Amino acid sequence: MTAPISYVLILAAAIFAIGVAGVLMRRNAIVMLMSIELMLNAVNLTFVGLSRRLGSVDGQVIVFFVMTVAAAEAAVGLAIIISAFRNRESVNVDEFNLMRW
Amino acid sequence: MPLWLFIFLGALAVISALGVILQRNPVHCLMALVMVLLDIALLYIALGAVTVGFLQAIVYVGAIMILFLFVIWLLNLRAEVRSEGHLALKFFGALGASALTAELWVFVSESRRTGGLTERSPQFGSIASLAASIFSQYLVAFEVTSILLLVAVVGAIALARRPGPVTAGRSESLPADAATRQAGGVRQAGGVRQAGGVRQAGGVR
Repeated sequence: MTAPISYVLILAAAIFAIGVAGVLMRRNAIVMLMSIELMLNAVNLTFVGLSRRLGSVDGQVIVFFVMTVAAAEAAVGLAIIISAFRNRESVNVDEFNLMRW
Repeated sequence: MPLWLFIFLGALAVISALGVILQRNPVHCLMALVMVLLDIALLYIALGAVTVGFLQAIVYVGAIMILFLFVIWLLNLRAEVRSEGHLALKFFGALGASALTAELWVFVSESRRTGGLTERSPQFGSIASLAASIFSQYLVAFEVTSILLLVAVVGAIALARRPGPVTAGRSESLPADAATRQAGGVRQAGGVRQAGGVRQAGGVR
């Protein structure tokens, strides 16, 4: 028996929600970036699943570009974390509170 | 895609994703994320998107995760000894994520356009069909993406480099750099003295 496409979409939704929970719950900046990668991969899985369902290759082209943008964003985000670490000696986002009242 | 394969890959992905957000040591989180990414690559291949599946393994796991690992090493991050963040934050985070999952589940289940996976042609996920689409219909997006990558590389270097003028092998900021400097500092000082001596001898002559 083959898996219906809604199973793939539900799995992608679950991984996305786990990524959201990770961004909200964790205070380590690098783990927050990893949770964002989880969310991006869940969206990619949705695209590939629907591309298979609709028989069109456009979904995979979009995944190609999303993967590229995710790589660029991860690189820049990590560079920002390294640069912020120099001032604070910590990656805990609660300690970057100079702009809070 | 057979159902048993999907159940296996799906359960593995969800368990590993939970491992990403619940582990204390950032390296353990990274290993769990690698497991999730490889699992999703297998799902892509099982769904017929072979090129994207291999690209996921090469680009995501092989490059981006190594980048994460390098940063964790450079910053010398340890496992967190005590639980971070407020309890209310964790509770509402978990609650929000469960609500989101339930909402997406209901939305997806009631959708009328679900069905079985259609029969696919042999050319479905091949690199030829992807290239035919990228280089004709999505050409502008492709070229703009290449510029984006260039900007991202330059930006990352500009953000992460040591502040101040570029000096040879001297940095006090990152723990890994400090350790390297301590280990190689004696050797460097001897080398500089030697070079100064040679230059002076040439000047006298």
